[in-house]
Amino acid sequence: MRDFSYLRAGSIDTARQAAALPGAMLLAGGTTLIDLAKCGVAQPDTLVDITHLKGLDRIEIGEHGATIGALAKMSHVADHADIKSRLPAISEALWQAASAQIRNMATIGGNLMQRTRCPYFRDPANFSACNKRQPGSGCSAIGGVTRGHAVLGTSDACIAMYPGDLATALVAFDAAMHLGERKLLVDDFFLLPGSTPDKEHAIEPGEMITAIEIPGSAAARRSTYLKIRDRQSYEFAAASAAVGLELEADGRTIRDLRVALGGVATKPWRARAVEDALKGKVLEPEAVRAASQLSVEGAVDHGANHYKIELAPRVVARAILKLGETA
Amino acid sequence: MTLELGLNQQPAHLRQGSSIGQPLTRRDGFLKVTGAARYAADNHPPGMLYAVLAVSSIARGRVASLDIEAAKAHKGVVEVMTPRNRPALAMDPDAKDHPFMFRLDLLQNDEVRYPNQSIAVVIAETLEAATEGAVLLSPRYEELPARVGLDDAESFVPRGVGVGNPAVQHKGDVEAGLKSARTRIEATYETPAQYHNAMEPHAIVAAWDGDRLSIDTPSQGLAMAQGRIAGLFGIAPQNIHIRSPFLGGGFGSKGMISGPQVLGVLAARLVGRPVKLVLRREQMYGPVGHRAPTRQTLRMGMDGQGRLTAIDHHAKTASSTFDDFFEPAADASHTLYASPAIATSHEAVRLDTGTPLFMRAPGEATGSIALESAIDEAAHACGMDPLEFRLRNYAEVEPMTGKPFSSKALRECYSQAAKAFGWASRPLQPRLMRDADGFLTGWGVGTATFPALMFQAEARAVLRADGSGLMETGAQDMGQGAWTAFAQIAADGLGLDIDQVDFRAGSSDLPNAGIAGGSGHTATAGMAIHNAGAAVVAKLADLATENKASPLFGAGNEGVVARGGRLYRRDDENRSESYAEILTRAGLTEVEGRGKGAPDPASQETYAKHAHGAVFAEVKVDPDFGQIRVTRMVGAFAAGRVINPRLVRSQYYGGMIWGVSFALHEEAVTDRRSGRIQNANLAEYHVPVNADVPSVEALLVHEDDPHINALGIKGVGEIGVTGTAGAVANAVWHATGVRPRRFPIRIEDLLA
Repeated sequence: MRDFSYLRAGSIDTARQAAALPGAMLLAGGTTLIDLAKCGVAQPDTLVDITHLKGLDRIEIGEHGATIGALAKMSHVADHADIKSRLPAISEALWQAASAQIRNMATIGGNLMQRTRCPYFRDPANFSACNKRQPGSGCSAIGGVTRGHAVLGTSDACIAMYPGDLATALVAFDAAMHLGERKLLVDDFFLLPGSTPDKEHAIEPGEMITAIEIPGSAAARRSTYLKIRDRQSYEFAAASAAVGLELEADGRTIRDLRVALGGVATKPWRARAVEDALKGKVLEPEAVRAASQLSVEGAVDHGANHYKIELAPRVVARAILKLGETA
Repeated sequence: MTLELGLNQQPAHLRQGSSIGQPLTRRDGFLKVTGAARYAADNHPPGMLYAVLAVSSIARGRVASLDIEAAKAHKGVVEVMTPRNRPALAMDPDAKDHPFMFRLDLLQNDEVRYPNQSIAVVIAETLEAATEGAVLLSPRYEELPARVGLDDAESFVPRGVGVGNPAVQHKGDVEAGLKSARTRIEATYETPAQYHNAMEPHAIVAAWDGDRLSIDTPSQGLAMAQGRIAGLFGIAPQNIHIRSPFLGGGFGSKGMISGPQVLGVLAARLVGRPVKLVLRREQMYGPVGHRAPTRQTLRMGMDGQGRLTAIDHHAKTASSTFDDFFEPAADASHTLYASPAIATSHEAVRLDTGTPLFMRAPGEATGSIALESAIDEAAHACGMDPLEFRLRNYAEVEPMTGKPFSSKALRECYSQAAKAFGWASRPLQPRLMRDADGFLTGWGVGTATFPALMFQAEARAVLRADGSGLMETGAQDMGQGAWTAFAQIAADGLGLDIDQVDFRAGSSDLPNAGIAGGSGHTATAGMAIHNAGAAVVAKLADLATENKASPLFGAGNEGVVARGGRLYRRDDENRSESYAEILTRAGLTEVEGRGKGAPDPASQETYAKHAHGAVFAEVKVDPDFGQIRVTRMVGAFAAGRVINPRLVRSQYYGGMIWGVSFALHEEAVTDRRSGRIQNANLAEYHVPVNADVPSVEALLVHEDDPHINALGIKGVGEIGVTGTAGAVANAVWHATGVRPRRFPIRIEDLLA
């Protein structure tokens, strides 16, 4: 691999400044970055190591919500007792992600910077056309092996799936990220590919994710993350759903509903159409199943990934109905 | 002086071994869990350089240019080996003197015949420099369209399949059998290309000293590797020393020395320094073999009692464009089910892939999942329980040849496993069982079988005046437990406690132990060890019984028993003498014996020799999502004598989990435009994780085989794959009513 410089940042500010220089990248758990460097996608000139920065791995949680430091490990957050009780969908999304070894290394901030598993994107030596890597070069995935590609949010330039689980749960509950000077909704952080799939995140040079803030809500307390896949562990979702539910005092009318889909879209996919269709309605299976179909409105398949369009609404409906059964 | 015993000759004296049959833990376990076990890539001789392969992006064409200057200009790069400067070989790598000599890509020209073919080797002071040097070569190609699927090339009938079986065979009149049948089924099944994916990638550390060559590399067949390299380089085999004490899995992909391993030797030759070359995971998808895809059509006819009147099994498969290995999938129908008419046939195409090779249960695994699925379909068509149907068509003699079986405890396997599984309460019709969570639940059965093969092996035994013993054979431990099982056979063969035995293996300077493959290593090398032990003990017995000073005098060779480091008179066990006493009196520091292991030609002619088993599987399927989980499996296997039940169970577990992998997970996915495999990594080339196999049970069914060899050993390494894959597929049908005909079975196959 190419030589690069290694810099151990002394503070958040020096890390941000160093990472703003051309060719510089932040290094935390390294589970994505080292992988991408090995396959030739990431070619950093400088790695700015932030793993030792103090105070960035805190998990604070109360009535108003949770703030999770960017350097908190996935496994720590997944196992945190208050996260489990107050934000179950977050914990469930995390422990169903990756493998135990990766969760022990990977950080929350790094997880949000995770990139697509599109095999064409990850193979620059053999597929030169990739608009994500090389704007304007074309898309090798279209017409290729597409079973794992997105059916929602795609464009003529890119059909790469966003593979993460955590962010899917975060967008369902209106989480925001701290980027130093500003806060940004996680939903706004992830960009649709459109004609510029190379631009994946609304983050500017000099910015660094320092924390994630998840507002507390009744829906977040009564939430779940349902992930469907061929293998029981260590596989990206065929389709997944992060769902939160709040019922009126009558115990059957839906006051608040949050739905986001994973494994099917080019970014974590909030399904507001499903939420809007069901809010104020009585929770009953027929209505839930019908409304869940709205989650894949506008979906476009590329052959082998057609099944995701069938599967995703079923996953959404099951997750909503399952929450409805819990007291 | 050494004494050599003939093939499988019964020893003249009786031994009462105590090590065989013990569930000993692995003797190499401590080394492995502490990291002290030295695998090939752990070696770093002084002055060693690192070699990295540059491999082809395209499937077919030629390399038009390489930027050798750019690579050599990179700091740390010492040399770039290409067809222009590759050291000369004594033999054309494309020559093929016999069916087991596979053509290798050793930079003989600029032609590209599959993706990931070696096109250059970069040699550098560091792994990082060599890796970057390979990138800097920036190859350019003249590309031709890739042929990637079973329908992409002209089909032909291969001259032979597998290890040289006829591609087309039949007995009886299949068409007449089908015509006379009351019930008929016909179904086509597809299995994908699969890659061995041993945990340890192919690796080599090679060092030349003049015309002598020292190699550390994982090999399932040391002597064959030695011979192949000797032929390529035109040096004497004994000038090549290969060490292979531990393999991180082989599964057939390390049976023959591969092209990349030889390139490591060539690189060392070119630079005149020791060189290490380790394949990257994605580089294992091409030059080191794979299991070829198949499309199999089975036709069966049954009479009114559910008896088979005909089996017709046709398989289409693929080899590379430049060499021959044809997955003998249809041959699975030769041995399992009785039928008056059986026809098997193969056709093949040539694709732009690396040459396929033996992969754990080659032919049996692919053929078994199709045959066991079809048998299930046939049982259903007859309205019969699938186990009852299998028993109705139980083969009392080998169906294709009419030979009696040397032993066959398959009935006991069916009954023991069925009982342990609880098969009796299974409803006949599919989609009738649900668990408390609403999951569709299904139960399936498959019959397991694998031939009991033996090859050729030799061993050398020594008894020493200090009372200890030595057993040497160049056996290979792929992780299956050879270090332990062979030491157990050696201890009993020498009449010593196992702690008194120094067992040496895994090196080419030891007697040739043959190949660790075909599930025949324990039987073959085990018999060599057994016979070597017999030879040396016989010699010791001669020393004692011919000496008047010995309490054993006059007993004769057959009149003594060897046990615990002593010889006892058979007719009076109060009269005995220790090995040390016998040797010391004779003024000898040691005596030596040699033995061979090989199949007995006479019993080969007379008997059909197979291991058997029955596997029952339960799956649960989410009715909305088509998500399949195997919740439990019970297998029962009869494979002759069990040397070590702990290790044998471990082999069955591994095989059964491989069967789950075959049915539900493994598939190399190819981009049809480029011919490249798109999931050449362990994140996306799926095998089961622990959570996918929550409950696996393997029962060891007693089986005495008086014909197979003196130890009564068959083999256990591959049989677990067979039967299991079909059992899982059949359980999926029983759960859902959907008959899987394309493997692996995926979510989308069951989304109703």
